Amino acid sequence: MSARDTILRRLRERTDGPLAAPKSDFAVVTGRGWSHDERLERFERWITSVHGEVIHTQRDNWLEVLSQVVSAKSIRRLALGREHPVAAEVRMELAASELKLVDSDRDVEGWQRELFEQVDAGLTSVRGAIAETGSLWLWPTQDEPRQLSLVPPIHIAVLDASSIEDTLFDVIEAHGWSQQMPTNALLISGPSKTADIEQTLAYGVHGPKELVVIVRH
Amino acid sequence: MSVEIYTPQAFHRQAHDALGNPQIRGNFRKAMDGLMTKRRDIFNDWDLETLRELGANIRLRALAKLPDLLEQLEANCQANGIQMHWAEDGDQACRIIREICQARGAKSVIKGKSMVSEEMHLNAHLEEAGIEALESDLGEYLVQLNEQTPSHIIMPAIHLNTDEISDILHDKTGTERTRDVDYMTAAARQQLRERFMSADVGVSGVNFAVAETGTLCLVENEGNGRMTTTVPPVHIAVTGIEKVVEHLRDVAPLYALLTRSATGQHVTTYFNLINSPRKRGERDGPEEVHLVLVDNGRSSIYQDDELLDTLRCIRCGACMNHCPVYTRVGGHTYGTTYPGPIGSILMPHMLGLEATQDLPSASSLCGACGEVCPVKIPIPDLLVRLRKEAVGEGRGNVLGAGVKRNKKEVAAWKSWQWMATHPGAWRGGTAIAGKLQVMMPAKLGPWTDYRTMPKPAKTSLHALMKRHRQEKES
Ligand code: SF4
Repeated sequence: MSARDTILRRLRERTDGPLAAPKSDFAVVTGRGWSHDERLERFERWITSVHGEVIHTQRDNWLEVLSQVVSAKSIRRLALGREHPVAAEVRMELAASELKLVDSDRDVEGWQRELFEQVDAGLTSVRGAIAETGSLWLWPTQDEPRQLSLVPPIHIAVLDASSIEDTLFDVIEAHGWSQQMPTNALLISGPSKTADIEQTLAYGVHGPKELVVIVRH
Repeated sequence: MSVEIYTPQAFHRQAHDALGNPQIRGNFRKAMDGLMTKRRDIFNDWDLETLRELGANIRLRALAKLPDLLEQLEANCQANGIQMHWAEDGDQACRIIREICQARGAKSVIKGKSMVSEEMHLNAHLEEAGIEALESDLGEYLVQLNEQTPSHIIMPAIHLNTDEISDILHDKTGTERTRDVDYMTAAARQQLRERFMSADVGVSGVNFAVAETGTLCLVENEGNGRMTTTVPPVHIAVTGIEKVVEHLRDVAPLYALLTRSATGQHVTTYFNLINSPRKRGERDGPEEVHLVLVDNGRSSIYQDDELLDTLRCIRCGACMNHCPVYTRVGGHTYGTTYPGPIGSILMPHMLGLEATQDLPSASSLCGACGEVCPVKIPIPDLLVRLRKEAVGEGRGNVLGAGVKRNKKEVAAWKSWQWMATHPGAWRGGTAIAGKLQVMMPAKLGPWTDYRTMPKPAKTSLHALMKRHRQEKES
């Protein structure tokens, strides 16, 4: 008999007989009833508490804000997608600047070393955010692949203020995650960190050292 | 720093050594005090009891449907393109992983944190086959450099302080000696980045496996888990069969409980949900994803209504952080993969009571572990149950049951019981004991190592009361 069958048979022929499954009431993880402003305030409070940086901007001048971030952080090579409107706008606006735009919409094998060693920052869109924990949610795509938010030392995420929801449970339910999971779904709450050396916090151990969230209103 | 081999058989000696080691005691005391405070504060805004109730329910529901959910998980993973493997024990799981590596001609494996892989000694197995396995979680990396095992399931290097870590990095990798944590972290980042790029296979654990969608969930702060599961061309996830949950929505409350109970964080930096290998047109991610389901004693825990609760565990480590024994002796003392209260109720099933008979007794039964457990595992009850099993008074269905049964002790308690239920014999016995008190032994085994031997009074309470009453009446 295969290991699979042996294990399943042992579980099915349980000595103490069948088990009853209790019902689950999820009320405790939903129904926060926060207003738009409360959501925003909570999101910002939590994500800054774990070293995330939040910059607010109006929808129509966010590219100016981005330019300021780029120069303040001395970013010379920025990796980004091409198709997502966020990336497309950046390309239009910053094509003429000194900033080198690095394409992320190509097979990583061709530019792995460049990504690991030369790119200063990765820019991504996000699908939304979670107020309760200060988390961004991303479903990486062909255009904005998984490593874009992971490998470069700075991750710049562009978030629309209207897309912040209350809890993780709400996001999973409202967007029907279980019917359409992508290859990889992600929650990101702050830059990479560790406390493995005597509980002292250090940022950027494997992933980004800095996470900048540009919140568009 | 001396590197020692710890075993559960030598628990008492190891505990004695740890208690006499101010470094170990200091490192653990400091860390655990901080963790306890942080956990308490982070649940301030929550209806913690309701949340724990929900967490326990979700885990119980998953266990109630376990065989069906495993089949559903398998079908959905396969539909997503994830290859499934089943292993009855650690050796079989190691062989499966080695064969996947060999089929790809792999020479190097990079690993994310996985306690199941520790449980089955995967690194040693791979190394024997000529495949290098490197830990990428910073704590695990440090412990591996120091040729040790983790001393905590969440914070593997918690037994080491900054100076010790500085020495390890200096001796093994040539970095400068420093107390600068940022410098050391940056050095490790540099050392490991190269290895992520060159690794042939990434191995990770799984925090929750979702049957409904065939999703593997990974909880972490460092990003090494994401690197491990994204950068190498093959990803092998390995997990115990109990880690399955029914629905995707079930992970929301469990994740809330896990991060807060473990380190007092409201959330971790990354929550990574993996559904499939790289799809056509996608630009990164592994070409192959495998899931290895490991039994290793779990299906036998599953047989017994009481023991079953052990399998609810979500491996948060809170029971360790709050255990007065663990916080004083540290994780290595237990000599097992899982230390502390959860280890004491889990390891006897994996290694048998013969090897682990001292672990269920390594508890004051103060109840702290049960009180903080996010999924309400009645750990103290399970410790008592295993103590009974060890002395042959349980159901006898735990490996090595009865190993601690001592004929003399049984006889002594039997006669005690008989005396206590026969008033005449009791009175006679206590009177004689009082008369003969000089003949009592000065020691009663280890019990009197830290206690004064009780001396029977010359006159029993009964006799005193009797005399008192007579005096009053006269
Ligand atoms: S037994 Fe409970 S407290 Fe201990 S690790 Fe498991 S879930 Fe956490």
